[in-house]
This record gives sequence, structure tokens and C-alpha cells, in this order.
Amino acid sequence: MQGSNKISKSLRVTGTLVYLFLYLPLIVLIVYSFNDSRVNVGWVGFTLKWYKVLFADKQLINAAINSLIIALIASTVSVILGTLAGVALHKYKVPLLSTLVMIPVAAPELLVGVSLLLFFILINFTLGMASITLAHIAFCVSFVTIAVKTRMHGMDNSLLDAARDLGASPVKSFFLILIPTILPGVIAGWLMAFTLSIDDFVITFFTAGVGSSTLPLAIYSMLKMGVTPEVNAASTIIILVTLVLTSVATKLSPQLFK
Amino acid sequence: MIHMNNAGKEKWVLSLPPVIYLVGLFLIPTILMIFIAFREPGDYGGVAPLITHNNGSTSLNLTLDGFRYAFSSSFIWKLFLRSMLYSILTTFCCLLIGYPLALLIAKSAKKYRDLLLLLVIIPFWSNFLIRVYAWMILLGPNSAISNVVNSIRHLFGLEPLDLLFSSAAVIICLVYINLPFMILPLYANLEKHDYALIEASRDLGANKSRSFWQITVPLSMPGILAGCGLVFIPCIGMFVIPELVGNNCSMMIGNLIKQQFLQTMNWPLGSVTSIVMTLLVLSISLFVGFLASRSGGLKYARK
Repeated sequence: MQGSNKISKSLRVTGTLVYLFLYLPLIVLIVYSFNDSRVNVGWVGFTLKWYKVLFADKQLINAAINSLIIALIASTVSVILGTLAGVALHKYKVPLLSTLVMIPVAAPELLVGVSLLLFFILINFTLGMASITLAHIAFCVSFVTIAVKTRMHGMDNSLLDAARDLGASPVKSFFLILIPTILPGVIAGWLMAFTLSIDDFVITFFTAGVGSSTLPLAIYSMLKMGVTPEVNAASTIIILVTLVLTSVATKLSPQLFK
Repeated sequence: MIHMNNAGKEKWVLSLPPVIYLVGLFLIPTILMIFIAFREPGDYGGVAPLITHNNGSTSLNLTLDGFRYAFSSSFIWKLFLRSMLYSILTTFCCLLIGYPLALLIAKSAKKYRDLLLLLVIIPFWSNFLIRVYAWMILLGPNSAISNVVNSIRHLFGLEPLDLLFSSAAVIICLVYINLPFMILPLYANLEKHDYALIEASRDLGANKSRSFWQITVPLSMPGILAGCGLVFIPCIGMFVIPELVGNNCSMMIGNLIKQQFLQTMNWPLGSVTSIVMTLLVLSISLFVGFLASRSGGLKYARK
């Protein structure tokens, strides 16, 4: 749309209203997290007590720690698998792999969740931290694969040819040439996987069983109980952390989000 | 031992670990679910044993009852229809709200575009439960929105309404959660438009609205279809939003599937419902893909 710098007034107004629709809910939520009132209606006064309540909430802290552990393991394992898959798909045609990678991106999460639940129960695998982590790795691999493939798209293959001509083994050139070249894509993939894992609710909900909880699961059960300002405080912190992580990922791999 | 050259070897060294993992955790569970759809429900939840020995005779317990029940149950039909209706409504609202914003970003000066686009994506990055929760606050009893709506209703002599826990709240949340999926493909399409076409139409005497409806909209058809597909498909299977902000009359098919697996423990019926939902989603995506391939976009420009 080059050369079209005549934006009509009505379009400007509509656009502003849509941005308001996007941001107002989050702003209200953040503002109320500092509000000295039990109910989220009207401003009473400034307080940090909801944050104090939050940091004293053992269950929620434990859930957050679980989330971190799962996300660290899931993103690390899925980065290894996803990088292998990304490189394989870039260099060769692997129809089975490309289909498998597309499943979690295209299928409704609910289906992935219930089929994994069935699977774990039928193979007598105890539901808990381990089953959540295995499920998270499964859907994170796809996104890492896409990130790595995107990064390799513009890569110069002559480096690898040169390495081989100079007598480097495939393994050596993989670790010394290929990995450093696609490292930004790998790191972006890792961050993406980490964010996806920390954020996931639906698949976790089905694969968690009764004993273990993650941060989204804990927030969900709080919401089922009713609206409380403690959730506002938790949400505010989550929004800020997500913002930082994703801006780092965008910096590393801008073409990922195009 | 099959002789393989180096490239062939490398191909399998690279792809075997991810293939094994994804086959184990996607393909096998999916096949299991399809298989379970033809089994009989167990007496205490789960599935009945596949082979039973009764008075010396062995019987194989495979059945189509699950499918028969699903297609004859008016309750399940109703939920499917409601899910479709909500998803269509959500898609339409997203298009109505998203199109102007995508157009605004595409028409903005180059230096602002990335920032404006980032502003669309940022809310979408925070956890979706949080975004639903924000609406629980906004629509809650005595919230500003509730008060305005109810005072207007009062003017017309109508009873006050509970905005939260209503179908309206479900639609609002569905639209809010899915809006970025509509805006991004639309923007990607609108950004590529050649403004000369609009100018030419204006020179030939078309007014603003005519050039919008006869040039911009037909040209952006692929973007519209992609956006609609990306909103509609995940929408069908959503169950958390109806659970948190809906009521008994706004339950969707996803809620039923969740119930069948976690509460009533009727796995075969749950699997049947999931399979029917998947086929529905699949046929819709194929249909959208077919439409997209027919609307080549630029061919309209030559009319």
C-alpha cells in the first residue's frame, strides 16, 4: 500500500478504538492489582498488599516452580529434537516428519490433550510432572522446527561445502559450522518453546492428573473460585515476564514473527 | 544391511529422533483414540476389555454404538450447532473489528508499521487465562460496563442483566482471544496492495466506498479467508472460555468432550465426539483452502 498516506479520519478513530479494546482489559487488570480493595470495582487507594499475599501463597509459588522446571526441561529437549528436525527438513525431503510437525500447529489443542490423556492412562504412565513434560516437548518441537527452518532459509550452504572439502567430518561440521550459524534461530526457538510451555493450559490440564499443578492450572482453579485481586497481581507479573522474554526472542529472530 | 550413502545416513541420523518422538506422542495417541471410538465403555469408566470370555465363548467387543448415539443425540447436535454458531459469530466480529485496523496499519507510514503491528501482538503474548480474567473483571457485577448496560435496560423498563456468565461474555472473550489471528494475515495481504489501482479507480470516477468495495476487498480475499480460517478453527474446540464466563446455555462441544473424558468417564463416546469434531474442522479447513485457491486475488484487478 505505498503512496497511500491519506488515512481517513473515520479509519483513524476506528483503529484507535480497536487498540483500546485490545489494551483496556489488561490495563484495568494491572491497575486493580495495586488497588486497596477486595473487589475489582472502583479505585480505593494504592497498596502492595496483593503482591505480599501472592508471595506468601505457598501453593501458587510451588505451581510456579513446577512451571519453571517443566518449561526448562521441555524447551531444552525440544530444542535438540526441533533443531535436528529443522535441519533435516531444510536439507532433505522427509514427508512423514513434515506432516508430524504440522499436527500440533493445526489440530485443536483439546484433541491433542485428550488423546495424550488416553495414551498415558492406557500405557499405565502415572499422570504428573513427567507426563506434562513429555506432552510439552511434543508440541514445542514443532515450533522450534519452524524457527530453525526459517533461520536456515537464508543460509549460505557454501560454508558447509568448504568444511567438507577441507576434510571435516559431518559431525564436526554440524557442530562447528552449522550450529553457530543458526544459533540465533535456535535460541529464539528455545525462548519460544519456553514461553509456550510456561503458558500452556489446555494440554497441561489433561495430562496433569490430580497431584501436580502448574501456574496456569493454579490460576484456573483460582478463577473457578471467583475473582480475586491476588490473581491480578500474579497476572501483572506474568504479563511483564512474557513481555521481556518475547522482546528478546523478537530481537534475536525478527523474521519469526513475520 | 542396506548400503547407504552419506547423505542418506545423515538424513536419518537427523530425522529419526524427532520422528520417533512425534510418532510416539502424536501419531500413536491419535490412532489409539480412533480405536477407542469403536470400543464399549467400561462399567466403571474407561473402556471395556476388548476380549471377554463368557461361559466358554469368546467375544470381541467392537461396536458402532458410540457413533450411533452421537448422531442420534439431540443434545450433542445442539452443542455442535452452537459451537458452529459461536465460531461463525466470532469470526464475523473479528473480521469487522480486525479489517479496519489491518487497513490502518497497512496504510501507515513504513516507520510506524512494525510498532503498530507489535502493539497488536503484545496482548496476545500474555497467557490467555489472564486475558479472559481481565474480561471477568470488566463484565463483573457493578463494573462500569455492567452499570451502563443495565441503566440503559432500566430506561426501557427491562430487568438488570448479569453480563458475566452469559453467551455475550463468551462471544466477547472469544473475539478478544482470537482477534490477532485475524489481523496478522489481513495485514500481510493489505500491505502488498498496489495503491495505483485505487488511484486509477478514483480517476475513473469511483467514489471512496466504491473503490474500497470493488478493489480493496476483492484483492484482500486471500487474507480474509486465511484470517477467517485461523479464527474459526481453534474457536470450535474451545472449552475454557464457556466454562469461566458462560452459563449452562452457552456450553460448547469442547465442554462436552472434556466432561466425557474427565467426569462421566465415557471414553468411547468422548473419542467419537472428538473424531466428529476433528472431521468437521478438517472439512472446513479444506473448504477454506479450496476457496483461497480459487480467489487468486490479483485476477480481480484486471476486471
